[in-house]
Amino acid sequence: MIVVIDYNVGNVKSVCNAFEYIGRKVQLSCDPDVIRQATGVVLPGVAAFGYAVRELGTLAELIKEVASEGRPLLGICVGFQMLFERSCEYGEHTGLGLIRGNVVPIPAGRVIPHMGWNKVELPEDMDLFAGLGDAKHFYFAHSFYADVNDSECRVAYTEYGFDMQASVQKGNVYGTQFHPEKSGPTGLKILENFAQICEKKK
Amino acid sequence: MLTRRIIPCLDVKDNRVVKGVNFLNLRDAGDPVELGARYSDMGADELVFLDITATIRSRKTIVELVEKVAENVFIPFTVGGGIQTVEQMDTLLRSGAEKVSINTAAVANPTILSEGAERFGSQCVVLAIDARRSKDRPGKWQVCIKAGSEPTDIDAVEWAALGEELGAGEILLTSMDADGTKAGYDNELNKAITDAVNIPVIASGGAGTLEHLYDAIVDGCADAVLMASITHFGNFTITEMKQYLADRGIPMNL
Repeated sequence: MIVVIDYNVGNVKSVCNAFEYIGRKVQLSCDPDVIRQATGVVLPGVAAFGYAVRELGTLAELIKEVASEGRPLLGICVGFQMLFERSCEYGEHTGLGLIRGNVVPIPAGRVIPHMGWNKVELPEDMDLFAGLGDAKHFYFAHSFYADVNDSECRVAYTEYGFDMQASVQKGNVYGTQFHPEKSGPTGLKILENFAQICEKKK
Repeated sequence: MLTRRIIPCLDVKDNRVVKGVNFLNLRDAGDPVELGARYSDMGADELVFLDITATIRSRKTIVELVEKVAENVFIPFTVGGGIQTVEQMDTLLRSGAEKVSINTAAVANPTILSEGAERFGSQCVVLAIDARRSKDRPGKWQVCIKAGSEPTDIDAVEWAALGEELGAGEILLTSMDADGTKAGYDNELNKAITDAVNIPVIASGGAGTLEHLYDAIVDGCADAVLMASITHFGNFTITEMKQYLADRGIPMNL
């Protein structure tokens, strides 16, 4: 079963609700034994980066271990940002380092946070976007973004005065800066695609 | 390109959606969960639920409401009304709200904005401002608290700028003069606030026609427009609003 990591931050419940709504059973858990048995792991999160990393605590190592075994991992919003090496939101913080790159402030000169529905160009070779066509709108709410610096990583972008990283895929590690669980039917399709990826990997 | 947002607002009292004029004379507009789900299906970009009774008893009801909405609605929603502590914000975010809006509590204790931002990220913290044209100071607006019942000496523009500095990630700006009148948004107010801050501003109060929405975005520079009367009582569908704005060159998620 897919395990949604329960680590004391917001929106965890919304992610579970969304999977349940599309008829996919998921388990909300912070129990290492349950996480070790997962067919796939979702790392959600609405929180400041530092707070999220602190609350995740020792589960970080376990999530890295599960990902290194090839099981699908999906990071959402701060969960996505934590896939990277470092963030400078309210101080310097270390992330999981599964993808090379840093989480940095959206440059000044535009409205910040980047809040609302923005169009994401969907590369054909990214598995999360199967069946969605070449571009779709998703809901974003963030002030920092992941400056990806990893040649093994596929990236989807959104336009916000510059090409901003909206989603990544590096092998079995997936992430979305936007909120699929809050992006209507299009977002739910992404969660369904992730569930299918987990099934295939089983 | 980031699109402009259409945000239906659901004022909730005793588990029902209500809507008044200038914050008075409330009319029943339906069940909040049903209405929320319907707006989501109709293509609303976001929803706002405001607990307008905001008593200790209603606090529990609003958490249950948020949980029910979150099981049925897969677009972002903000919840507000009587929130006084970071712990209460936490409960509502955990129950499925994307953002919480703070009004009276932020005036009484502005650090709630910075504490909230540090814990949840500023994108979760919405500063709600109920503003009224000042009788003594022409061209200025005064902040009102306690659901608009209590005027303060605080200048709305200065308060918005301070709110941003403290960590608010968005401003929900309601013109009390325009609210429920369907005579158009107060775009002088909207422009004064959007000029003063760099965070998104949701214009609220006064929507009556499709042109009003356009004016709030173009003249008021609002990032999002909020409405209640004209959607609850069936004047326009969400699609009609979006199509109208898109036809006039505003980027929309259609």
